[in-house]
Amino acid sequence: MLTLIAEILVALLIVIGSTFALIGSFGLIKLPDLATRLHGPTKATTLGVGAVLIASMIYFTVLEGDFSFHELVITLFLFLTAPLTANFIAKAYLHRHIRHDDLPSTNREEGWATYDPPGEEGPLAPTQNPVTEPPARTPAGGA
Amino acid sequence: MKLHGRWLRHPLITLVLAGFWLLLMNEITLGGVLMGLFLGVVIPLYTSRFWPEAPAIRHLPRVVEYTLIVLWDIVVANVQVAWWILFWKVERLRPSFMTVPLDIYSPEAITMLAGTITMTPGTVSCDLSADGRALLVHGLHAPDVEETVAGIKDRYERRLREIFG
Repeated sequence: MLTLIAEILVALLIVIGSTFALIGSFGLIKLPDLATRLHGPTKATTLGVGAVLIASMIYFTVLEGDFSFHELVITLFLFLTAPLTANFIAKAYLHRHIRHDDLPSTNREEGWATYDPPGEEGPLAPTQNPVTEPPARTPAGGA
Repeated sequence: MKLHGRWLRHPLITLVLAGFWLLLMNEITLGGVLMGLFLGVVIPLYTSRFWPEAPAIRHLPRVVEYTLIVLWDIVVANVQVAWWILFWKVERLRPSFMTVPLDIYSPEAITMLAGTITMTPGTVSCDLSADGRALLVHGLHAPDVEETVAGIKDRYERRLREIFG
């Protein structure tokens, strides 16, 4: 009986997980530019991988009688790396496609760190365009 | 010998690293515990320049509360973003950049907040102001920027301020 419940639960979690992973990937196709596309893989995919990992834990604990911590470690690594990756992609996107003037103000004396590296003297000149190279590949970016 | 001051500047990191080593080993043995503790002492020493001062976690129960809230929000975020992707026309989404002024100071707290923002409903943190006092956040669907910013500050930043002081 316990085995049956566990099997159903594992199957359900795998289906849920793969559905979310699929939707996340679909978002990559559907959404119009990089900034919005970032939302697909950082979220929809987290739950997708999470559900599959929980399924794996249940499977090995109940059906194989062999509890494994590795899924927890994978989850932890995922939570550590996903925001960092998203942040770096976002920064690259800002550099290539967005001018500092297009962003909302920091409401501080200094600008956003991507354009106005910390430690340099003085605030960013208001008209400075950070995109110096490569020469305009796309007209003014997607935003 | 002043053990605590010199060799164990970061007891919390030592414990986390030792625990992590045991998780990787997938079993608890005496050798594993000793090796984990050894790594837990050596790695913070080797990387001590990264940790000029010990991160102060003031309120451990709050950490548990925060973790549970964030996990729940991640589930909600997934369902919501999946819904938008599947059933909304792209034109209906109102993506926008917004500025979140920060009331927290410790680098650990700001990192936690930025990571949390990325993992939760329709928002990704993109950049930090050069003086480290404001976060640039991109929202997938943020028709009311002020409301979204107020939500982030009240739900996450307030709690992080209680945790990190």
